[in-house]
Amino acid sequence: MDPMEAIRVTFFQECEELLAQLEEGLLAMEQGEHDAETINSVFRAVHSIKGGGGAFGLDPLVRFAHVFENLLDQIRGGVTEAGHEVIAALLRASDMLADHVSAARDGGTADEARSDAIAAALVALTEGEAHGGDEAAPAEFEGLSFTPMTVALDDEPAGAAQAAWIIRFKPHASLYNKANDAVLVLRELGSLGRIEVEVDAEAVPLLDAMDPEGAYLDWTVRLTGEADEAAVREVFSFVDEDCDLDIAAADAAPDAAIDLLSSLLAIGTAGAEAPPLLAPAIEDIIAAAPAGAPGKAETAPAKAAESAALPAPQTIRVDLERVDRLINLVGELVINQAMLAQRVMESSGAGQASDVNLALADLEHLTRGIQDSVMAIRAQPVKSVFQRMPRLVREVGEAVGKRVRLVTEGENTEVDKTVVERLSEPITHMIRNAIDHGLESPADREAAGKPAEGSVRLTAGHRSGRIVIEVSDDGKGVDRARVKAKAIEKGLIAADAVLTDEEIDNLIFLPGFSTAAAISDISGRGVGMDVVKKSVQALGGRISISSQPGQGSRFTMSLPLTLAVLDGMVVSVGDQTLVAPLTAIVESLKPRPEEVRPLGPDNFVLQIRDVYVPLIDIGQAMGFSRTRVDPTEGVALLVESEGAGRVALMVDNIQGQRQVVIKSLEANYRPTEGVAAATILGDGRVALILDIDGVVTANRRVANRRDPPAREPLARTGT
Amino acid sequence: MSEIAFGSDKSELISFRIGEQEFCVDIMAVREIRGWTPATPVPHSPTYVRGVINLRGAVLPVIDLAARLGLGVAEATARHVIIVVQIGRRQMGLLVDAVCDILSTADHAVQKTPDVASDSTTQFVRGLIAMEGRMISLIDLACVLDEREAEAA
Repeated sequence: MDPMEAIRVTFFQECEELLAQLEEGLLAMEQGEHDAETINSVFRAVHSIKGGGGAFGLDPLVRFAHVFENLLDQIRGGVTEAGHEVIAALLRASDMLADHVSAARDGGTADEARSDAIAAALVALTEGEAHGGDEAAPAEFEGLSFTPMTVALDDEPAGAAQAAWIIRFKPHASLYNKANDAVLVLRELGSLGRIEVEVDAEAVPLLDAMDPEGAYLDWTVRLTGEADEAAVREVFSFVDEDCDLDIAAADAAPDAAIDLLSSLLAIGTAGAEAPPLLAPAIEDIIAAAPAGAPGKAETAPAKAAESAALPAPQTIRVDLERVDRLINLVGELVINQAMLAQRVMESSGAGQASDVNLALADLEHLTRGIQDSVMAIRAQPVKSVFQRMPRLVREVGEAVGKRVRLVTEGENTEVDKTVVERLSEPITHMIRNAIDHGLESPADREAAGKPAEGSVRLTAGHRSGRIVIEVSDDGKGVDRARVKAKAIEKGLIAADAVLTDEEIDNLIFLPGFSTAAAISDISGRGVGMDVVKKSVQALGGRISISSQPGQGSRFTMSLPLTLAVLDGMVVSVGDQTLVAPLTAIVESLKPRPEEVRPLGPDNFVLQIRDVYVPLIDIGQAMGFSRTRVDPTEGVALLVESEGAGRVALMVDNIQGQRQVVIKSLEANYRPTEGVAAATILGDGRVALILDIDGVVTANRRVANRRDPPAREPLARTGT
Repeated sequence: MSEIAFGSDKSELISFRIGEQEFCVDIMAVREIRGWTPATPVPHSPTYVRGVINLRGAVLPVIDLAARLGLGVAEATARHVIIVVQIGRRQMGLLVDAVCDILSTADHAVQKTPDVASDSTTQFVRGLIAMEGRMISLIDLACVLDEREAEAA
């Protein structure tokens, strides 16, 4: 990748973060937070995107961001009040800005008409509130133009309408820590007019007392030019939290003061020369720092700070591939450690070599620790998915003419990255469904005595080693009569079927079910909740619905925290060891002889508390053995299967419950019916992880073939 | 990968024994050679797939080459050897009786397979090499785990 392309990639990565920050800030403002920090963070986000966009020549983006920024600047300056209407416009603008960014990234163009319309609305808001000459003009600070500029020390002031400002600027260490630089600020000031700069190096301690990352210099700048106060403050917009700043009009300043300033200029020409006292320290820093550290008084500490650890939490960007490689290696380490432990157990009897056993126990602790930490690296808050939802809610709400408020909770709940990525689709669908089908129109809501604005709650939390995500609405709930009628009409259930309320609610997960009277653009394109259910199940999760007529419905999905490991029940079948996913297992039991009943020539059912469930012999279904396990000798696992409801699987023995690392069987071989994946056990052998639904289907086919008198050799049952 | 590099006129081959016959594969496709370890059988697989083994964390299918070539199912013992080969993006293990030799042969020394034997053997043999009075059959690895073939079996 050429360097420019690499920078471009970084820019768009940063844009993602900035857009998230922007939206988060706007939503906070919507909630009534109008403090300077929130508004500033919103402003900075737009400003940074605009600056970066300018550097890449992304004109439509920059133009839009500029208009956006103007309005934000007025809000920041207290000129425009951030009322409900303004915030709504800002939110729309932030969506548009996101569109501009993705259009720029993918090389397309954003919806120009929409962009212009939103920009016009922003301009209207900006101009509507701006009184007379109060128009702050950040245009003078166009983008992040850090091109070196000559500090205009010798320019004669031009024009009569001169204003003069005395600016005291004392950076804190945090300014340098954020990789800002005082010299850049001073240069920016220089671009506003004629400046006279005085540096105060009094505070610089002796070398042995000096913190190389500290900030000891402060500057007094006299600025003469046409710039008004807003323009001066604009220069400091990136650093104003990290410095002491005092801007005062200097009209009254006596000439003597100017003379004094001029004489002091000798020491600190725009800070470009190191004060003598500081020089040795700088040499030290340069010697210690890697080659290329600039020899300027202000930049040296800044660079040193960049390479040193900060007390604040820091993040680094790491290629996902590297993390995956690490996770694979750790997975193998865990397997190896288990193998080692087993070998030691086998070669030395109990009691013997207890030192070795102790060391092995320590090793096990360490490897577990490493595994947990590595898994934690991949864990990410679900925030990245949740953040996309407010926009969805706004758009869907607008499209169907409903007012919707989205409440999110638990967005910091962490889950493995692979899971996070695949959460977006089911959540999107559930939210669309909640707004489109769940919530009533504002008129209906008011008629029902509810607030016109509907509310959709999206929550996440950890529950017993799984992540549980709920989408609930305060709408009308599932219309059971209509759902049932529809199911009968589509032939999904028998006309005279008697169903409980819960069963009716769950009909909406059946394939091909869609209740929207008119097929809308939002949901109900023939795909429905069955798609959601499929994608949740593909992640090893479950989904359910509960509904209260008139009060709303709630979808609950629970998912594993990671797709890299799985909690499994290790079982023996014949001489094979298999792993059954724990999530599918309802219970395990030892059948009594009277509970096993034959049904037909070759099939059996198992009676569990008055309910008969089909009994499947895994050894036979998978072709491991030709003879059926005597059900009273083995153990039955009661599992929940997709196609056949509850099924009992016969195995010889249960070895125990274990967390296993999932290994792909397809990578080197091919997908196999009844097998979800493979894993490696403590003895180094491969064990297959059962795909319960696959086993059930495989069994059905084996049973069908078994029906004719001539039996086929099961081991050769092809697919 | 499984092709002999025809750019040069010399190829290095690894020869191995199955029963009384000698076969060889291009050495560039061979990743490693390891002793037999019991494989975990995979359901619904053709008989020549002995199962899968753990190759340092990866799941590796093991093909019983004798069964694949129609020479009867091998009774695997500790003396048997698994040759790990790379075919395209996949790796697989070939179960053989023993590894014999590393040969260097000119490409023109590979003779066309005479049209005699049963299909199950000839379809995997790309050619024959005469070497010191022995006949060595060059295996075409691409055919060994052919998807359609595997499905049909």
